[in-house]
Amino acid sequence: MRPSRVFVFVFVTALLSGCATPTASVVPVDSAGTSVVIQGSDTEVQMVANLAEAFTADHPEADMSVTGGGSAVGIAALINGVADIANSSRQMTEEEVALAAERDIDVQEFIVARDGLAVVTHPSNPMKELSLEQIGTIYDGTITNWKDVGGPDAPIVLYGRQSTSGTFGFFRDVVVKADYSRDMRQMEGTQAIVDAVVADKNGIGYVGVGYIKDQSANDTPTLNVLLVRSGESEGASPLDREAVLSGKYPIARAIYQYMPSLPAKDSLAHQFLLFEASEAGQALVEESGFYPMTVEDAAQNKVLFDAIQ
Amino acid sequence: MRRFQSRLIDGSMSVVFAFVAVLTVILLLGIFLFLVFNAVRALQTIPLQDILLSANWNPVSYTKPVWGILALALGTLIIVLLSLLVAFPLGLLTAIYLSEIASVRSREILKPLIEMIAGVPSVVLGLLGLLFLAPILANIFQLSNGLNALTASMLVAIVTMPSIASLCEDSLSELPRGLRDASFALGAGRASTIIHVLLPAAKSGIAGAAMLGLGRAIGETMIVLMVAGNSLSVPRSLFDAVRPMTATIAIEIKEAVTGSMHWSALFVIGLILFLLTLGLNIIVDILVRRRIHT
Repeated sequence: MRPSRVFVFVFVTALLSGCATPTASVVPVDSAGTSVVIQGSDTEVQMVANLAEAFTADHPEADMSVTGGGSAVGIAALINGVADIANSSRQMTEEEVALAAERDIDVQEFIVARDGLAVVTHPSNPMKELSLEQIGTIYDGTITNWKDVGGPDAPIVLYGRQSTSGTFGFFRDVVVKADYSRDMRQMEGTQAIVDAVVADKNGIGYVGVGYIKDQSANDTPTLNVLLVRSGESEGASPLDREAVLSGKYPIARAIYQYMPSLPAKDSLAHQFLLFEASEAGQALVEESGFYPMTVEDAAQNKVLFDAIQ
Repeated sequence: MRRFQSRLIDGSMSVVFAFVAVLTVILLLGIFLFLVFNAVRALQTIPLQDILLSANWNPVSYTKPVWGILALALGTLIIVLLSLLVAFPLGLLTAIYLSEIASVRSREILKPLIEMIAGVPSVVLGLLGLLFLAPILANIFQLSNGLNALTASMLVAIVTMPSIASLCEDSLSELPRGLRDASFALGAGRASTIIHVLLPAAKSGIAGAAMLGLGRAIGETMIVLMVAGNSLSVPRSLFDAVRPMTATIAIEIKEAVTGSMHWSALFVIGLILFLLTLGLNIIVDILVRRRIHT
């Protein structure tokens, strides 16, 4: 083989494998038509897919596409104009809203459900309860051994999401209140955290409650769901519906959907939001492992619906 | 008339071929400019030493974004070197067997089979690593989780080995028959012929094969994305989770708003990957040329 041939060959191979990274595909948003592109949060993707499926049963003309990737991915798609609805498990930041406004996108917020973010360990881990502060110091890397929080003498292996994830941002802003330890393994999705912690006796992870309901219902649980306490209050479980909805469970959050503009009256997006807020929709939310929106959430949504009328 | 026609066809053919040849160069230049164009914003704003000499990469930090790629580059380096360390000897030995030892019949069966491994989509190898290799290695080395630099390197080695073997085999079997005959006539055995005659003669092709493996390993994205463990810390051992540069681009480009600083910084990483392979190839080119002249 002559050197020049090798040269080009190496190049092309390196380029094909290295630089061909996927960017957001440019799909024109079809606001008046029959397609609704929903993208974003991995936490929500299964639940919203369930909702979309039930919705299409009554609206056979609707072409709904629901994909994950992470809340930040959905929000980026919204700002880049390639999504009709962005799923987000955290509120959009002021910077993101400002960035959207620069591009003439008037962001609209809708709350679809409530979630208690569960902190989980391997079932063999004797820890039963942690305070918010302890979880924070574990995740910012100050505490690296289980014995420092009253557990066995073993290193703590941190599992978390990638920065594309709304859960990553929410947990950091509410619990860690600092940057994550750089030793944290950044997993591709929530299920990946579940799988990793199930297999790792030193692991700790945080996942939306929708991902653990099945696990803890078994007779032999594959995950240890920690009680979490805030300040002086006693520990609460994310599986306790009342504790999550009342805010007694300290890592409870709203789960959002964002639209790039006020949906047109009776457009598919509008009808879909109405369906999600309906009794049938909220029942599906619970079936998917999450909690229904609170009265306050419904009131906030009503402002949005009133604006559409 | 017919003569004129044939001359016209000849002429236009050479134009077409020249154009296609130039197209490769234009494409290369175009990719380079595309990377530079998108990286400009970050390169103008972030001091270069903050990118190249810091090990802290956190574009969406809680406090202040930091852009150091050292930990990422180290992840890439470990995986590239370790995978080459495994793949190169295996590839070369395979090539020697195929070209010098195997019968024609077994070579005809084996070579396409080996090349077929190169055709296995790397995402499939990623799955293999995720569900099979990682648990096994975790078990052997008593790790709590098998997703780390070592596991990723083993899988990247599987990807690069066939192309290294195939190229080495090409350059060995291209050697003139007379070289072997002369060596045997001088009383050298088969082993001696391979080590002292054939391998030195095929050196340039073998070096090219190693570089091809290197380039392929640097660019490998899917495998490292799936099994390298994705941790931003500076790796302290082969069992640490790492996040190579390619994986960082693949993960974060999805959340970066087009044209933002984050977006631009990811193109800086892409540009560095590009220049890395470019530099590598220029060095090999020079080395190979120099030896041909002497």
